[in-house]
Amino acid sequence: MKNKILILFSHPRLERSLNQSQLISSIPNIPEITFHDLYEKYPDFDIDVEYEHELLLRHQIIIWQHPFYWYSSPPLLKQWIDLVLSFGWAYGPGGFALQNKMVFNAITTGGQRSAYSNDGHNRFTINQLLAPFEQTAFLCKMIWLPPFVIHGTHRISEDERQNLSILYGKILIKLADGNFNTEEFKKYQYINDWITDNIDNK
Amino acid sequence: MDIMLQALIYLTATVICVPISKRLGMGSVLGYLIAGMLIGPFFLGLIGKEGEDIMHFAEFGVVMMLFLIGLELEPSQFWKMRRSIIGMGSIQMVLTAVIVFLAMMFTGMTWQVSLAIGLAFSMSSTAIVLQTIKEKGLSQTASGQSAFSVLLFQDIMVIPVLAILPLLALESINDSSAIDSSVIGSLPGWLQGLSFFFAVAFIFLGGRYLFIPLLRLVARTRLRELFTASSLLLVIAVSALMKAMGLSPALGAFLAGVVLANSEYRHELESDIEPFKGLLLGLFFIGVGISINFGLIVSKPLIISGLVFFVMITKFIVLYITGRIFRISGDQNLLFSFALSQVGEFAFVLLSFSNQLRLINQEWVDIFMAVTAITMTITPLLLLINERIIDPGFGVKTADENQQPDKIDTKHKVIIAGFGQFGSTISRFLKANGVEATILDHDSDRVEFLRKLGFKVYYGDATRFDLLESAGAGDAKFLIAAIDPPETNLELIATVKKHFPHLNILARAKNRSDAYEMIDQGIRDIYMETQHTSLRLAEDLLNKLGHRRYTVSRLGQKFLKHDNEMIAEMAAHRHDMKKYVIKARETFKYQEELLRKNLSYDAGEGDHCWDSEQIREILLKQ
Repeated sequence: MKNKILILFSHPRLERSLNQSQLISSIPNIPEITFHDLYEKYPDFDIDVEYEHELLLRHQIIIWQHPFYWYSSPPLLKQWIDLVLSFGWAYGPGGFALQNKMVFNAITTGGQRSAYSNDGHNRFTINQLLAPFEQTAFLCKMIWLPPFVIHGTHRISEDERQNLSILYGKILIKLADGNFNTEEFKKYQYINDWITDNIDNK
Repeated sequence: MDIMLQALIYLTATVICVPISKRLGMGSVLGYLIAGMLIGPFFLGLIGKEGEDIMHFAEFGVVMMLFLIGLELEPSQFWKMRRSIIGMGSIQMVLTAVIVFLAMMFTGMTWQVSLAIGLAFSMSSTAIVLQTIKEKGLSQTASGQSAFSVLLFQDIMVIPVLAILPLLALESINDSSAIDSSVIGSLPGWLQGLSFFFAVAFIFLGGRYLFIPLLRLVARTRLRELFTASSLLLVIAVSALMKAMGLSPALGAFLAGVVLANSEYRHELESDIEPFKGLLLGLFFIGVGISINFGLIVSKPLIISGLVFFVMITKFIVLYITGRIFRISGDQNLLFSFALSQVGEFAFVLLSFSNQLRLINQEWVDIFMAVTAITMTITPLLLLINERIIDPGFGVKTADENQQPDKIDTKHKVIIAGFGQFGSTISRFLKANGVEATILDHDSDRVEFLRKLGFKVYYGDATRFDLLESAGAGDAKFLIAAIDPPETNLELIATVKKHFPHLNILARAKNRSDAYEMIDQGIRDIYMETQHTSLRLAEDLLNKLGHRRYTVSRLGQKFLKHDNEMIAEMAAHRHDMKKYVIKARETFKYQEELLRKNLSYDAGEGDHCWDSEQIREILLKQ
């Protein structure tokens, strides 16, 4: 069974971002994927909660795609989480709207993977730092998938950027196909590694 | 005596005595009373017996005052006060009347005379008490509200009391020819009662369906004096009607005021009647001063002073007990009891009426009249003593702390002047968020229309000081100057700045030059009509041209901020034309630059954090 994917994209200054622009251009143009540009839609942060609820209900996989600013998301995505994941709808009594939907972050960050380790200068892994998002998903009874990450965005080569974007596109297509078991993700830190393994196997 | 000469004497006495009295902290009422005593027969002798005629005429001031009080009291508030009006009023009146009645019986008077005096002495002076309360700013305190309730009850009770007196007289003289001159005076009781309801119904219906449409027509003529004439006509017509029915004109005027309190003309009526009321009340107090028969006092000092002492003590104690029953706190209760401890102007009416009925003989009427006038004169002095000597002993609590729940917020904190598209948008938004504002507009057709839509709009020229005053500018915190013609709006701002400097003004400006004028006047919160809208349009266009919406909205915010800063800066320079032109050119150039740079390359000030390219450049250089 096919999965419908909702990409909640938030970037306050996309004009100046090579990596995110490249990522967006690699999103496959298929009917299963909805690309939702939050900063474009809500420049005044006035989020239409009802509309967002409808969108969420129509999709099985949610992706928070954003630059990893100060170990978190840009402010509009936080606003989105605050307003849209409402009590009695997404969590709390009667809050089952998002139950069993899958969710993960697709992030770009300046630091290398080695910097995001317990010995590195960021002192925590990406997975540890994403704990607030993971717990948010847990509270909403959603299935938490490992993040898609592009490291070292400031020094990355043109080729590498290209390859990672293609990888992102492949992940999206495989997720949309729905030909996988959510248990498979448990052993991966990044969803990048899951797709690499799966492609190699073929 | 020549009317001009009389006017000269009254006005001179007023202009000399009242300011002195106010200066000495004794309030205006005492000033008027002293002025009356001075020009009266005992001291200067400038005015003789005709002083009493003046007083009958000036009683009309009391009628106007009650009309104004009615105007400030919406029917719903009036309804809320019903418990204190009936409860406090009846306890006070019955207790006082009974004690005085028993005392008079004890001195050997007939029961009829005793009862007449008891009823007359149970009344307090609406004129003195309300004027003093208003002057001292106590209208909204527990004592002020309670005093008002008791006075209102007394005004209502005048009607049955006037009806009872002839019955008492019938016992003794059996002559009803001189009873009274009202149309229905000779009717049986049940018909009188019916006529009372008829009169009240007439005031309610006539006010709403006759007088308000008439005012609309008058307002359309834009002749101010015609409006004043209509206001006076209303008060006089209601009084005439009530008199004809044998009812209290003051009560009728009060009801008429309550009926009109909800109308759009409330503030305009208030500011038109106010000066007449003030003058007539002053005249009334002077009349009381003149009428004090010092000759009689000198010849019978013991009887009169004894009576004054007895009456005031009795009234004070009864009032204090009433206050206790209704749980007024200590110092407020003292104030309430002192304020109402005199015998009121209705006693004059009741006493002379009793004299006509030959219930009480002339000598005693003179004595009681003197007692009444003296108690009225003493009241302002007593209040002064209470305020200066007794109150401080209570550890001076302010009215607000004492009686929070009793405070009725009759006036809004926000006034909106001008209710066109601009003002109505503001008002709709405020209303949606629970902020009620007092709205003033000068277009009577629009006011009528908006009233139908449920807006509380009042008709009137907001640039007039007196209208602003009656709209509550004295107590308000914010004024929104949203009048359409810039000249009028600037005029309004000038008036407000001069008379109500405490008001925080938020002003609508048509364009830059308006804004400059307003800055010159010291206004900080200026809103240019076109600024936000045109900028929003430009933002949307840039978005349609392919720029990111959030980026464009940030640019708009920056542009706006800079634009406002420049307006403030240029307001100072604009009188120097040369500098102004240079500065303006620089500004426009800067703003263009800002916009261009932002869109193409630089993020402008402050947005570097989101600009990964810039970070990359710095990192790669290392």
